[in-house]
Amino acid sequence: MNKIVSTKALKRRYRKEKIFKGAAVFALLLAASFLVFFFSNMIGKGMSAFSQAEILVDVHYNEASVKSYRKAVDKPYRKIVSRGWLRTLPLYMEDNPEVMRTTRQEWVLATADVDQYLKGYTNRLKDKHKQQIDKLQEEGRVKLAFNTGFFTRGDSKMAELAGIKSAVIGSILVLLVTLAIALPIGVMTAIYLEEFAPDNRITQLVEVNINNLAAIPSILFGLLGLAIFINFFGVPRSSALVGGLTLALMTLPVIIITTRAALRAVPSSIREAAYGLGASRWQAVFHHVLPLAFPGILTGTIIGLAQAMGETAPLLVIGMMAYIPDAPTSFTDAATVLPAQIFTWAGESIRAYEERTAAAILVLVTILLSMNAFAIWLRKRFETRW
Amino acid sequence: MSKSKISINQLKLWYGESQALHGIDLGIAEKKITSFIGPSGCGKSTLLRCLNRMNDHISSCRIEGNVLMDDIDIYDPSVDVVQLRSHVGMVFQKPNPFPKSIYENVAYAPRIHGIASKGAEMDELVENVLKKASLWNEVKDKLHEPGTALSGGQQQRLCIARTIAVKPEVILMDEPCSALDPIASAKIEELMDELKKEYTIIIVTHSMQQAARVSDFTAFFYMGNLIEFGNTGDIFTKPKQQQTEDYITGRFG
Repeated sequence: MNKIVSTKALKRRYRKEKIFKGAAVFALLLAASFLVFFFSNMIGKGMSAFSQAEILVDVHYNEASVKSYRKAVDKPYRKIVSRGWLRTLPLYMEDNPEVMRTTRQEWVLATADVDQYLKGYTNRLKDKHKQQIDKLQEEGRVKLAFNTGFFTRGDSKMAELAGIKSAVIGSILVLLVTLAIALPIGVMTAIYLEEFAPDNRITQLVEVNINNLAAIPSILFGLLGLAIFINFFGVPRSSALVGGLTLALMTLPVIIITTRAALRAVPSSIREAAYGLGASRWQAVFHHVLPLAFPGILTGTIIGLAQAMGETAPLLVIGMMAYIPDAPTSFTDAATVLPAQIFTWAGESIRAYEERTAAAILVLVTILLSMNAFAIWLRKRFETRW
Repeated sequence: MSKSKISINQLKLWYGESQALHGIDLGIAEKKITSFIGPSGCGKSTLLRCLNRMNDHISSCRIEGNVLMDDIDIYDPSVDVVQLRSHVGMVFQKPNPFPKSIYENVAYAPRIHGIASKGAEMDELVENVLKKASLWNEVKDKLHEPGTALSGGQQQRLCIARTIAVKPEVILMDEPCSALDPIASAKIEELMDELKKEYTIIIVTHSMQQAARVSDFTAFFYMGNLIEFGNTGDIFTKPKQQQTEDYITGRFG
């Protein structure tokens, strides 16, 4: 009977198990707390960028303001109304002649310093302007409104005007190029390697190299893109096209590897069934194996694209870390992408860019998380059991 | 013995360095059931897979000798393997319907071989084939439900239906009942008895009772050699070889 009474050795075993379990739980908690810290920091800093100070003033639409845009508002307001916004007025009047020779009371964009003052951050506002704002606030002529401009405007040297539109459109164009190049090439390569290629030295070499490719530092892909696409093929630099091509090089190994894994997960009995009925190899793959592997391929592609979307280093080399106020309208226009925009803003010295940096990070992380969530949903939705 | 549908002559097969078949000579009778029995690893499944060139997909596999079907060498370069497999169908050990509808499972092969066109013609073919596989009454109301939702025995009959949909001459069955319970197995055996009126059937089985019940001829393999071949009745009642007797009486295997 003494065999089932716990011995010293057994106790030691249990103690070891407890230590391991404790270490694992600790690691998990540490990782979780980092995540919580990151998100609370970003949200704390970034949320304020989604609102922007506006002032209710009289705007004079007339010939004088066409000539000198500063005259569109009365003198005391000229220091607290955004100069960048005033500058857009002559063009606005040209497009909307019906507003000419009228004076309208409107909510207009305030300067970044007023905005920061209202949000309680450090600013370079003079004391007399601070008093002016306080007074206007009492009269209800100052407010923090939802910052639609953040989503509808491109980058600007005036913080209150800076938005993420051109970066978002740049990211979309780049991802479209990446998808169009990397998906077909990656999937076809994977199908060939997995289903058709003979198992010999050459294919083994190709396999090893594809796996290595996935581990190459991304900046090298940027240099490759610079050397091949820009210098050799003459693709316009900083364009969405060259960015997409470069990121496609990076995404290819991810798509190839995940597609191969998805193909391998299809049971061989399905292939045998197709062969046994007289299907050719091509038919067996395209009629039976590929549809079953499709959710896996899609998941891999989305994850690869999400990775490409967050990539910054290779784009630095091909000139996408650029000041792009106007959204690109074609694949060959100069463009920038979200992470590059974040990088550019993070380097700005003006305080108002800091919250915009955090807000842009929030937008990027939200997009990435929803892409990953979509991938998971797709996998669950189309998973076939056999 | 009736005319040989398939004749196997001095067939040798290697997987890389190891030889799996040592010169097999065998004739398969037309519209009869021939069973291959023997212990695991004796080469019976390998031989079966030679008959529709399923081994082509294994790159290390090498073959010598020939297999004649209606006096044509199926390993001749002029023979198209896709064409061959539409004449020699195969049913596998584990039921492996495509994860598609029952209808699609049956209609797939006729479609790729251009046997029937879409619509009424295909509907009729599917119905006929499912009737032949004695599955029609069980599935006629759920033709568009997935084939994988059927029971194991029904799935295997669906696989048989799928195979006969291309109107093959020979059906190879690789332990078709090993994953099924006795009742489902009995149904498959009944079906085989029905099918042999039209088709030449070769079955690999581990169940000697099954071989004795369904087959007209039996071949006993051991270590890549054909030890004995003859009428099923003779093999099971008066085997000529000691090894055969030892195996069927359960002394080894």
